[in-house]
Amino acid sequence: MEAASKLDVEAIRADFPILRRRIGDKPLAYLDSAATSQKPVQVFEAMRRFTDHSNANISRSVHTLGSEATEAYEGARAKVAAFIGAASPNEVVFTKNSTEAINLVAYAFQNASIDAAADPRFKLGPGDEIVVTEMEHHANLIPWQQLALRTGATLKWIGITDAGRLDVESVNEVVTERCKVVSFVHVANLLGTVNPTSQITARAREVGALVGLDASQSVPHIPVDVAELGVDFIAFTGHKMLGPTGIGALWAKAELLDAMPPFLTGGSMIKTVSMERTTFAEAPAKFEAGTPPIAEAVGLAAAVDYLDKLGMANVRAHEKEFVAYMLDKLETVDGLEIVGPRVPIGRGATVSFTFGDIHPHDVGQILDAEGIAVRVGHHCAKPTCERFGVNATTRASGYVYNTPEEIDRLVDALGQVRKVFG
Amino acid sequence: MNLDELYQEVILDHYKRPRGAGLREPYEGESHQVNPTCGDEITLRVHVEGDRVADVSYDNVGCSISKASASVLYELVNGAKVDDALAKMAEFTELMNSKGQGEGDEESLEDAIAFAGVSKYPMRVKCALLGWMAFKDALVRAEASIPGRTDA
Repeated sequence: MEAASKLDVEAIRADFPILRRRIGDKPLAYLDSAATSQKPVQVFEAMRRFTDHSNANISRSVHTLGSEATEAYEGARAKVAAFIGAASPNEVVFTKNSTEAINLVAYAFQNASIDAAADPRFKLGPGDEIVVTEMEHHANLIPWQQLALRTGATLKWIGITDAGRLDVESVNEVVTERCKVVSFVHVANLLGTVNPTSQITARAREVGALVGLDASQSVPHIPVDVAELGVDFIAFTGHKMLGPTGIGALWAKAELLDAMPPFLTGGSMIKTVSMERTTFAEAPAKFEAGTPPIAEAVGLAAAVDYLDKLGMANVRAHEKEFVAYMLDKLETVDGLEIVGPRVPIGRGATVSFTFGDIHPHDVGQILDAEGIAVRVGHHCAKPTCERFGVNATTRASGYVYNTPEEIDRLVDALGQVRKVFG
Repeated sequence: MNLDELYQEVILDHYKRPRGAGLREPYEGESHQVNPTCGDEITLRVHVEGDRVADVSYDNVGCSISKASASVLYELVNGAKVDDALAKMAEFTELMNSKGQGEGDEESLEDAIAFAGVSKYPMRVKCALLGWMAFKDALVRAEASIPGRTDA
């Protein structure tokens, strides 16, 4: 039995000025945190303090500002590393988002595949296999699909059951001795499913494949400890966890980062350079070519502080209660079909649904008129949509600042939708 | 936000009772268009006889705006001269790009002026134009497939 929510939601809401906004004459009910979360004032205050006081480029200058900026940036890295239980800050590479983090790994495979001296674990060719799942966000599908097309490797995937769960029965069959890498979503952005990881990671180990997680929807919402998960890499993004846009992170084991060829090349990722050749810096610098998002890193560190103060176990407990309430209420709406797990077990606070024949665009438009912000469309997960035979869904997603009253408003507004289109 | 402005009776009526829906033979040009942000899709065919649009037929999935727009398109261009149909398309496109400023000429655009309100919602303008993009593309294909029409 998990502890009941210990979040003081009213106090939290006071930290998010945007939640006091009105849409027309209706108060905003923001139910789209799976797309991007709102940011507390603490995040912008930290970024503003940095910009007003210490702004400079990092790792270059000897002046006071330069050293303060470097300290702030590296301090942010350490904070993020501690937040996910990384063994060392050097295992965290800042990227611009999850998509870039996953591409960084995919390109390590691609670059290694054309380099005779590269680590064989990253070499791909015909006969090798890459495994994802059918419930991936495009960010964790297309980089691997394209990698397979370019290297001649085969892309395979673990299917989804009708209940919206991974078909774990098939894992041993899909992940074979030919598999070099398994990359799968931790919490699915359309279905809301929280995937159990141990069976897949164990199977990956058994066949000697590397294994990673798209943790974009898990790091913001549930306690994530990379050591406990026993994976090789995870990708996540700042803007879904109360932080700014423009910064994300890849965590990978130090030993793997050392073995991986760089992705982007250029300034600040080098050791020595001549006109003919370059030797590369150690990770993480090796993967951070060019001036990184420094103020954004500071903002992300403030977001991590904010979540730490709430306690991720409390965040998870709050969302469990929230989604249980949401599922209960949505089930009472005539003609509404939930796409994904219908029980509040092994799922996050993201619920997708269809509503009779009414197109999600029209649902979203009427909800917006009631001040309710939801996401409509295919949620960058077209194969998942196809699996469930839908073109698009309406998706409501919750976070630390959402209340049951907002769900009540959602359900009332769905009645309004039916009135217009029914 | 004034929802009535967006979802006018005329639009809801075309949505619920689409005119000219379904794919028909014969046709010279066919186009398939998708709106990648929401998954709306339309397949649209044109049958050209001489300088006239003899038939426009279509099959689509999508929101009320995109479905109603295809239905209105059918009413506007079916049986019209190709040049007049293209002029209506230009007029409708201009109305959609007017950011809520245009009213539209009811004489010329008929039911389509009900879409004037849609132009205030940038996310929905693409929905309203999807069928028209298919129409334009299908016409180009039809002209290419009819000998002698390309230089007409």
